[in-house]
Parts: sequence; C-alpha cells; structure tokens
Amino acid sequence: MSAELVQFLLAGITLGAIYALVALGFAIIYNASHVINFAQGEFVMIGGMAATAFVDSGLPLPLAAAAAVAAATLVGLALEKLAVEPARNASVVTLIIITIGASILLRGLASLVWDKKIHSLPAFTGDKPIAIGGATLLPQTLWVLGATVVAVAALWWFFNRTLTGKAILAVSHNHLAARLMGISVRRVLMVSFGLSAALGALAGILIAPISFTSWDIGVMLGLKGFAAAILGGLGSGPGAIAGGLALGLIEALGAGYLSSAYKDVFAFVIILGALVFLPNGLAGRRAAERV
Amino acid sequence: MSRKGFAVLALVVALLPLALTNNYTYEVAIVVGLNAIVCVGLNLLIGYAGQISLGHAGFFGLGAYGSAILAARYGWPPFAALASAVAGVSFIAWVIGKPVLRLKGHYLAMATLGLGIIVAVVLATEDQITGGPDGMAVPPLGVASFVLQGEKLWYWIVGAVLLATVWLALNIIDSPHGRAWRALHGSEVAAGAIGIDPARHKLTAFVLSAASAALAGALTAHYSGFITPAKASFLHSIELVTMVVFGGMASTFGAVVGAAILTTLPQLLTALKEYEMVTLGAVMMLTMIFMPQGLVPTLEKALAAARRKPE
Repeated sequence: MSAELVQFLLAGITLGAIYALVALGFAIIYNASHVINFAQGEFVMIGGMAATAFVDSGLPLPLAAAAAVAAATLVGLALEKLAVEPARNASVVTLIIITIGASILLRGLASLVWDKKIHSLPAFTGDKPIAIGGATLLPQTLWVLGATVVAVAALWWFFNRTLTGKAILAVSHNHLAARLMGISVRRVLMVSFGLSAALGALAGILIAPISFTSWDIGVMLGLKGFAAAILGGLGSGPGAIAGGLALGLIEALGAGYLSSAYKDVFAFVIILGALVFLPNGLAGRRAAERV
Repeated sequence: MSRKGFAVLALVVALLPLALTNNYTYEVAIVVGLNAIVCVGLNLLIGYAGQISLGHAGFFGLGAYGSAILAARYGWPPFAALASAVAGVSFIAWVIGKPVLRLKGHYLAMATLGLGIIVAVVLATEDQITGGPDGMAVPPLGVASFVLQGEKLWYWIVGAVLLATVWLALNIIDSPHGRAWRALHGSEVAAGAIGIDPARHKLTAFVLSAASAALAGALTAHYSGFITPAKASFLHSIELVTMVVFGGMASTFGAVVGAAILTTLPQLLTALKEYEMVTLGAVMMLTMIFMPQGLVPTLEKALAAARRKPE
C-alpha cells in the first residue's frame, strides 16, 4: 500500500468515526420517536464551542469536555420537552420544520452566547505526529478512534444490558405494547434525546482540535450524519456506524484522488446510487404499508 | 371557494401598488411573488401528492443559471433562454424523478436533499461557466432594443405570472389528476388498488413543481441581473419548504400567504440585527408547534367554527 493511500484511509476513518457518532444520534432519536432531528448537527457545534469556551475560562480539558457534554445534553432534553413533545402528533414534514427551526434558533443563540469566530481546542495529548508506513498520524486521531470505539461499546452495553436501554428498544418496536408493559414512553423520549445530544457533543469535542469549530459547523455535519444514517438504513445502530465509516472513506478518497472541491458531492452521488438500488439502506428492514 | 379566493388574490395583486411607496417595497413585493410561484408549485408535490423535497432550490438554481448562461455566454435571446431553461429543467426532473420518487418518507428527503447539494456544489465549483461562488451577471429580459427593466414593470410581470400559476394549480387540483394526488397522499396502496398509477402521478407533481421553481429562478436571475450559488443552497430549499408548510400544506393560497410572510419577516427582522436568527427560528418552531396544519387551514377552521356557533 502506498503511503498516500494509507494517509487518505486514516483521514477517512477519522472523519467516518465522527459521522458515525452523529449518525448514531439520528438513529437513537428516530427509533424512539420516528422524528428526524435536523438539529443533531447543532449538538456537535455546542459540544465543540462549549468545550473551547470552558477551556478559555481556565477549566482543565477533561472537566471542560465533561461540562460541554452536560450542556449539550441539557439542550437536547429541553428540545424534546419544549418542541418535540408538544408536537408529537404532527406530520413528518411539520416535525422536520420544527427541528430545522430549532437548529436555526440554536445557531443564532451560539453566535450570541459565544461569537462568529473560528475556534480551536488544544489537542488532548500533544500534536507530535506518529509515522506509520510513510504516512503520519496525529495523536488526536487515536483519541477520535478510541473514544468512538468506547462510546459504541458503551451504547451496546446500555441497549442490551440495562433496563432503560431495553425499554428504549421496546418503545422503538411498538409504542403501545411498551406502554402496556409499564414503560414510560415520555421518559424514554427524554433519555434518547439526551443520549444523542451527548453523543453529538462528544463528536464535536473530539474533532475540534483537528478541524476547528465555529457557530455554523453544525449544518454540514448534521447533513452528513443524516446521510450516513440513511446509507446504513434508518434506525439501525450497526448500519449507522457502517454508513458513517463508508461516508468518511468515500469523502477522503474522493478528495484525495479525484477532486477536493467535489468532496461533498461524491458522498451524495454514492448515496443516491445506493438508494436507487437499496431503497431501505444497507441494513434497512423492508417495511410494508398497512392499509 | 377557490374561485372566490382567486378573485381576492387578483384584487390584492391589482391594489397592492397603492401601498407600495418606493422602489424597496416594490422589490420586496416582487421577491414575494417569485417565492410564491415556487411555493404554489412545490405545494402540488408536498401538500397534495404528499411527497417531500428538500432540494427544490436546486431546480431554482438550475433554471436561473441555465437561462443566465444561455443568454450571457451563448448570446441567446433572453426569452428563448428562459423558455429553454424551464423546459430543460422539467426534462431533468422527469429523468431523475423516475428512480428517486420510488423512495419514501425520510429516504426521499435524503435523496432530494442530496440532489440539491450536488447542484449547489457544481454551480459553485465550475467557475469558468458559472462565475463560481461570486456569482455571475445576467442580461435583462427583452427583445432586441426593448428591455424589461424597472421595479414597477417587473411587479406587473411577476404578478401576472403568479396569477397564471395559481390559476393553473387550482385547475389541476380540481382535475382527475389532483384527485389522484390526494388519493395517493391518503394511501399509495389503496390508490393503486382503485387504478391510480402512483409512479406516473407522483412524477407529474414532481415535474410541475420543478418547472415552477425553474421559472421563478430564471425570472429572478433576469430581474436582479445577478445570480449566486446561494440561491441553489440547502438553506434556500429549506426556506421554500418552510413557506409551504407555514402557510398550510394542501392549500394553494396558504402557499402564497406563507411565501408573503416568510419573505417579508426577515426584512422586518433585520431591525433586530444579531437577534434575527434566534427570532426566525423561534417563529418557525412556535407556528409549527401550535398550528401544525399551517396558518391558512388553521384560520379557515377557526372561521368556520365561529360561523357555526351562533346557530
């Protein structure tokens, strides 16, 4: 393998891990509520921006990161409580507009609370590159990959080994049956919004030392995360991770070998192609309409 | 209702100039009209046929750039450029609509969103032809030395095109085609079972909505004399869908009202400066939470309820 290819693959996997975290956030909320949360990208922005703000105010990095995740989680809970719950019976398009409204609101708030400048977070453990087969690897890349693996493992444990996680799975299969089993659907919705906000914020903090952060990074990251979730099959956890990694690799290889101006286009062209042949995504279930 | 509504709309278009005092207010009214043309078409697709599109700004941009490039780079007469651009975009919509409209719900949203982004990136990148992110100048509409210019003249042009679009939309909605769309919206399987071809009817709604977006795009380009890729961006697609949903899905006049309010609102909100985005987001959320049906259908219902009460 040439050094160039290794370099592109590394970049792709790093990017893909971030997309996977955002896509998981989409999948969790979609499963619990059938809402596509277009404000998902704003959680990523809040994570990165809040962490830099806390670091600037003198907090040590681990504390700042924890505080930023907590802040984003609160925003996620508020979004569910104030915007999604009151409109639970609205149509799909109406809910899409509500979450897009929320993303505009959050972006506006971010530019007021912080500013419209570009910020960066210091790398977690220095930025002395490591050489691998002719390619260079930033220590922050290892942090991104490691933290993503830990987050995915924790999610797996949460959904398969805890009662709350199993309750969320039950609600995603059938709201009514879950309620009859004594599961509070309202609480499940709160937990899933909080959880996916925390995941988004984590992604935002991990990527901030590499690609910087600013008040408006949420739009494109949100769209890419949605694309990854769709590519993997909406609502499927492993699908979201596979979709995220695939998207990151397509983007990095496309930008490296074909044209960097068109890096966003490759991903969407592949997704369009995939959707034409697999209308339910890579891992999507075939759904039948009930008449 | 629709005939009465059309008369009211025509009256508003005819009388509005009395309230328009300067070029700036004329300009806002023209942009309202252009957005309303897109929304009336988009409403056929979203409100009646029940198919979402998050990429219609792409068609708007293709119409605008198509007409601009033919007229500016190849020296076509502007009217011929405009007509060819609209016809070309309709053809493109017909070709890509076939595979894309097989998708449903969020998958369709993703596909249309992707199409819109692809168009926006291509327009911003191919700077030799399109002028890149800075945009390009567009020659005015006209024949030989006779050129259509000035806010007042354009007001009447856009007003006439808007009325024609609304009239066409109302007639299609009342035709067997419109009834087929509503049946599809209710249930695709049920509609298929009574002999409606879902694929064909979805495609006509898609092509018509793309054509109206392209027409408004081309008119915008020639009116303002300048066009940038921002007009084809994801955010513009979202603005258009929001106008339709805000005014009221499956209500042609709702689409016009939605376009009017959401075009003028940001103009008024510029007074709020840095609070503009926060306010816009809050207005979008609150309207959709408390009036999920949209403005016009909610008001119609309230009016009907008030009328029933005294009896």
